[in-house]
Amino acid sequence: MYYLDPHIHMVSRVTDDYETLAKMGCVAVSEPAFWAGFDRGSVDGFRDYFRQLTEFETKRASWYGIQHYTWLCINAKEAENVSLSREVIAMIPEFLDKPGVLGIGEIGLNKNTKNEATIFLEHLDLAAKTDELILIHTPHLEDKYQGTRMILDMLNDDRRLEHHRVLVDHVEEHTIRAVLDDGYWAGMTLYPTSKCTPERAVDMIEMYGPERLMVNSAGDWGPSKPTAVPDFILAMRLRGHGESLIRRVVYENPVKFFSQSRNFDFTPPETYEAVG
Amino acid sequence: MPIPLDAAEVLNREFLEIRARLLHLAASLDRLDRAEGAVHDDPRLAKIRAGLEILGGVESERAERIQLLFSRPYDANWVKSLGVERRG
Ligand SMILES: [Zn+2]
Repeated sequence: MYYLDPHIHMVSRVTDDYETLAKMGCVAVSEPAFWAGFDRGSVDGFRDYFRQLTEFETKRASWYGIQHYTWLCINAKEAENVSLSREVIAMIPEFLDKPGVLGIGEIGLNKNTKNEATIFLEHLDLAAKTDELILIHTPHLEDKYQGTRMILDMLNDDRRLEHHRVLVDHVEEHTIRAVLDDGYWAGMTLYPTSKCTPERAVDMIEMYGPERLMVNSAGDWGPSKPTAVPDFILAMRLRGHGESLIRRVVYENPVKFFSQSRNFDFTPPETYEAVG
Repeated sequence: MPIPLDAAEVLNREFLEIRARLLHLAASLDRLDRAEGAVHDDPRLAKIRAGLEILGGVESERAERIQLLFSRPYDANWVKSLGVERRG
């Protein structure tokens, strides 16, 4: 089955992973900007990272016929450095018209601090002024519930934002309802240690239905599995769900959400033409 | 949304897995008992006990309640208590 991975950090993966994803039916990936595992020292470090995301990763994905899209921001962890964050936010517009840039993300909270919230609000302001889509990271483990509620408070407070243009990622059993009830899109992240399993993701589809819901691998430099979306597809089949419901979640939903961005020039695989 | 499998099918499929996970939990708790030292006043143990009660109860939405049990509380006044200021 063709699918998209709406949240995966390919800069942390080897080229062989692109090949594996392509063989498993992945036709497009969307890659949010995130923490590199260390704090970057200057705005130029981020400028180089954004060039990697918008130039080289697009090329590397294309070697395997995968369409690559991306999101730009300074992540919640590095947002503790407020002055650097403001320099990065001021620099982001240099890249917003590059092909494949879908919006601002993954912004959010990590430890739910004052500085993180301050920089989150400033990213929301940038997204509102530039009319960009928003992709949101919610914290892990004991911080997730509190952080997700804080994020929803900030989103709901900003009357300029259209809820159907915001994707809140890493939802779990205790946060999914509030996100969907407020009209946002929600992403379930299948991750071996800190997040959700394919079986629990199927449970949430059964409980909440497929509307505005997606699944992703969040594959990154940690112990993660870039092929988690195919794992979900198999789990759905084993639980007796039909192909059209599965396709809705792993293909049609991400295409529908991303299509709200002017830079989503997606070519559906059904229309691929033989070359030569 | 209706779920395709009925209760008997779910139980057939998951019985051995649930049994294995119960054993995993039981062995972890035994290991804790056998280890030197005392952790009986560690708040994490109280959470584990409360979690086991949620599992043993008849009420549904156990996964959501376990998640909330292990979550920091949300304070609706957080903007004020953290002192977050909005620019512009
Ligand atoms: Zn991520």
